[in-house]
Amino acid sequence: MEHIRTTKVEQVKLLDRFSTSNKSLTGTLYLTATHLLFIDAHQKETWILHHHIASVEKLALTTSGCPLVIQCKNFRIVHFIVPRERDCHDIYNSLLQLSKQAKYEDLYAFSYNPKQNDSERRQGWKLIDLAEEYKRMGLPNSNWQLSDANREYKVCETYPRELYVPRIASKPIIVGSSKFRSKGRFPVLSYYHQEKEAAICRCSQPLSGFSARCLEDEHLLQAISKANPVNHYMYVMDTRPKLNAMANRAAGKGYENEDNYSNIRFQFVGIENIHVMRSSLQKLLEVSGARGLSVNDFYSGLESSGWLRHIKAVMDAAIFLAKAIMVESASVLVHCSDGWDRTSQVCSLGSLLLDSYYRTIKGFMVLIEKDWISFGHKFSERCGHLDGDPKEVSPVFTQFLECVWHLTEQFPQDFEFNEAFLLQIHEHIHSCQFGNFLGNYQKEREELKLEEKTYSLWPFLFDDQKKYLNPFYSSRSQRFAVLEPNTVSFNFKFWRTMYHQFDRTLHPRQSVFNLIMNMSEQNKQLEEDIKDLESKIKQRKNKQTDGILTKELLHSVHPESPPLKTSLCFKEQSLLPVNDALRTIEGSNTADNRYSEYADEFSKPEPAVVSLEYGVARMTC
Amino acid sequence: MEFSELIRTSRAQAELLRGPEMPPLRGTLYVTGHHLLLSPAPQTTTDLWLLLLRSVDSIEKRVAGDSGTITLRCKDLRVLQLDIEGVEATLDIARSIEALSSLESVITSFPFFYRPKGLRLGDAWHFHPPESYYKRIARETNAWRLSEANEDFSLCPSYPRAVIVPRAVDDQTLARSARFRQGGRCPVLSYYYAPSGTVLLRSSQPLTGPQKRRCREDELLLRAVLAGARPEARGFILDTRSAQEAKQARITGGGTEAKAAYPGWKRLHRPLERGRPLQESFVCLVEACGDPEQSMDHWLSRLEGCCWLAHVKEVLSTACLAAQGMEREGACILVHGAEGTDSTLLVTSLTQLILDPMTRTMAGFQELVEREWIQAGHPFQLRCAHSAFSHAHPKHEAPTFLLFLDCVWQLSRQFPLSLEFGEGLLLVLFEHAYASPFGTFLCNSEKERCLCEVRTRTHSLWSGLNQPKEQRKLRNPLYVPNPLAIWPSVEPQSLRLWQGLFLRWTHPPEPSEVAGGKVWQIVTEREKTGDSQPTASTSEPQP
Repeated sequence: MEHIRTTKVEQVKLLDRFSTSNKSLTGTLYLTATHLLFIDAHQKETWILHHHIASVEKLALTTSGCPLVIQCKNFRIVHFIVPRERDCHDIYNSLLQLSKQAKYEDLYAFSYNPKQNDSERRQGWKLIDLAEEYKRMGLPNSNWQLSDANREYKVCETYPRELYVPRIASKPIIVGSSKFRSKGRFPVLSYYHQEKEAAICRCSQPLSGFSARCLEDEHLLQAISKANPVNHYMYVMDTRPKLNAMANRAAGKGYENEDNYSNIRFQFVGIENIHVMRSSLQKLLEVSGARGLSVNDFYSGLESSGWLRHIKAVMDAAIFLAKAIMVESASVLVHCSDGWDRTSQVCSLGSLLLDSYYRTIKGFMVLIEKDWISFGHKFSERCGHLDGDPKEVSPVFTQFLECVWHLTEQFPQDFEFNEAFLLQIHEHIHSCQFGNFLGNYQKEREELKLEEKTYSLWPFLFDDQKKYLNPFYSSRSQRFAVLEPNTVSFNFKFWRTMYHQFDRTLHPRQSVFNLIMNMSEQNKQLEEDIKDLESKIKQRKNKQTDGILTKELLHSVHPESPPLKTSLCFKEQSLLPVNDALRTIEGSNTADNRYSEYADEFSKPEPAVVSLEYGVARMTC
Repeated sequence: MEFSELIRTSRAQAELLRGPEMPPLRGTLYVTGHHLLLSPAPQTTTDLWLLLLRSVDSIEKRVAGDSGTITLRCKDLRVLQLDIEGVEATLDIARSIEALSSLESVITSFPFFYRPKGLRLGDAWHFHPPESYYKRIARETNAWRLSEANEDFSLCPSYPRAVIVPRAVDDQTLARSARFRQGGRCPVLSYYYAPSGTVLLRSSQPLTGPQKRRCREDELLLRAVLAGARPEARGFILDTRSAQEAKQARITGGGTEAKAAYPGWKRLHRPLERGRPLQESFVCLVEACGDPEQSMDHWLSRLEGCCWLAHVKEVLSTACLAAQGMEREGACILVHGAEGTDSTLLVTSLTQLILDPMTRTMAGFQELVEREWIQAGHPFQLRCAHSAFSHAHPKHEAPTFLLFLDCVWQLSRQFPLSLEFGEGLLLVLFEHAYASPFGTFLCNSEKERCLCEVRTRTHSLWSGLNQPKEQRKLRNPLYVPNPLAIWPSVEPQSLRLWQGLFLRWTHPPEPSEVAGGKVWQIVTEREKTGDSQPTASTSEPQP
């Protein structure tokens, strides 16, 4: 609170960066302890969570006031014009303070109260249970067992307590191997493919340098390949570019020497590191946010940012992994440097391709919980939750979501969830509203007592799942229906709904999803009505044969059949909440779009903004 | 001329490869006057395969040993490969295809021989007569009249017989204005926007020449347009060339309207690509789409380099500008470039699609294509003589109509519920514009079509399309009439490559199409449940 000097500024203008230059909304700006709130003249509210703010910039004073540009981690960019410079300065300073917290305890999650009692909250944290998940995979079994080596976080601080390892790998082997691996992250199981009896394992890079070797580590790898009864060799995927891995050797790290390990097939897959990814996204945002962007600048920018190339690299790695398991029934060990960024991407995407369970709403939560949260993807550092080293921030998880989105585009019927679900998750990795993504590894989360002090995101998403359902989903009966995405370059597109989520004018103005959702919902309803009516008719026929005919029966049939006309006209739009994340507007007005500089030629004063909601209302009946 | 003279070998044993998705087909290959057919070996169950020779864009032959390979690149962007037994047969068949696919005569083309079952000649030719549209406007506005000055095509050979002009302008004035415009294309009404009472006009460039000539009658005509709209109406002349190009056109006798000569009218220049550069852009794009092995960077740089989407953006935003002028400013708009048969039509037709809900229906869109493209004199025969694969040096070819279809597709992506037709119709129009068994896209103008007796001797595509069995492929199952104008976003982030067309044969269909089946299922289920409800209640036994 001590950071807030001004809580309310009136006559603030909000500019829309993709509309004609002179269009703006005037309203009042409020600063609260957790949010920045703008209420325009039409009482429309724009809420910006302080934790979402990535940067605040005060531009040079103009005649109409002092411009304040706020860039958010969910890719929202707002451009205010504050009439008085002093107010602007106050807000600017407050936001700088509020958006960067020094301590976990000051984050929103610790004060957020969704009106649940303690037992509900505890229940919520139990929704996703990883012990249950390993059971679902068919573990433990004759080859894999739960190891208690890390029960006290003694072997590896950044791993979870419960780890699955080959049954024949003894504790000394595990401990020995962990000493040979960066940050002690020794090879453990990430996913077990019951049908192929092959496993996806993960670890960090070996501390091999130019010649060092470690017998325990070699034993552990051998144990992993022996745990696969079908195939005697295993793949070791180093997800880094070869050059990076070689450079690491000089620092006493590096990669496995094929001569020292029996029966491994070593493979580099060439995903770039977090720094390359960070600057790539930076370039992408610069391009897509440019004013008056031409088509050619857009595509050359898209190319030079390299973003889609990186997405393709991650996807290709996941496909390589899935193929090794499906085609060769070989187990695969994945690592990068520390084994928490690229490794998490590749293991989780690979599992998603292999197991249809992860393509359901619940399964996807489990997947994130397992490969990202429990295995120590450093969410707090990568998302910059606290005021820390900006070099640790990187969109690794965003890339994962984007890969999943590309898969949903290629396989529209294979995912239970829709795009809004991915966007919502992305929103919350940065929001710090729930405890799930705070901290960098499980031990730290336990120390923060997150389960006692904060709420879990998953039950909230789960309760809201109607919003996130994909109407085209047709669950295949087979659990192991593998996805084989095609990664020709044509298939990779700019993810507009992610990077321009809040630039409403750039999106389709009508939502097929909502319409289809409503339709299938109504179909179900109508079918039930039919059944209902049929049973009544039957009942009545029976009664007729009994010679009983009552007036009341007639009444009971008629009021129940809804008038066909209204249902055909989608009157019951309220069946589904219109998704906030993907606001769709029909019709729209010309001022939303920049058609040309010549538009100035038509230089009449603008009429009051045409009510877009009006268009929707007219459309819905 | 006899086709048989051109057919060197009429049959051979061959195997046909139709891309990665389809199984190869073996059988006997026949060359006929208009078709290539493959009759599969008797034991297979597949049907006869048929290809209109007219749709072959380029042909490549290769021989090795005692067999040969012919690669056919079609105008609809398909690539087919024929493996033929016998070197001689291969060469002969290749030569025959080459000769037959490039015949220029209209009256020996296939539409003059095509007699499908279920259709009667001359049936739907008057399905969408532009006259009826014009008559309605003349009736509604009282400011316009249908002129018969072009009854014998003497006023303008590329206009239809009926043109609609201001009531205040007599035929003589009209004739003088026509003489002042290239190709006689004087300003005529293209669309009447009832809510603001304004009109969209199109013409060709005025022949001002280096001396900056003026024409009183032409000025009179445009003044009458403003007077007929409403008092103090303003007008904008949208020149689809840059100011520089318009100026340069004076050297060759063309030019643009002088400001002083047309009070109330203001000129805007929105340069749109046309002709050779547009064709080259199309060729580059298709080339890029044919290479699945290329790296991400290479693909993106080729997508940029071909400029196709930049053209889409320019055309769409120009149409939006025109529509904006009519809707927001209540201004009259005259669109022209040079000849007024290409980019002009792009702008006028898209403007109508944006503003007018009627043109977004199945019938309305067909009417729009008929009125604003076919009857308005877009030279289909010249523009669509070759598609993107031809090695021939392009003379008059340009994918103007394809660019229009692409823009419509972009609209359909942004307003997925507002168009009654789906991608299917756009693909069919693309195919038929380049090669068709129907007569609709034949010739370059109404005059030529009359001379060739196209209407009485060929079938209309519209009657072919409007048969019930075709409908499901062409319709948008999710259509809900939208009474509003649809303003698309023209930001590069909002425009997308039309995969359904450019990657149709090399690439699995877009997810939207895959899901299309599911959509139909949901929609028809809903119709079924909706239908069965009244039956459930009517089946009540009467007491």
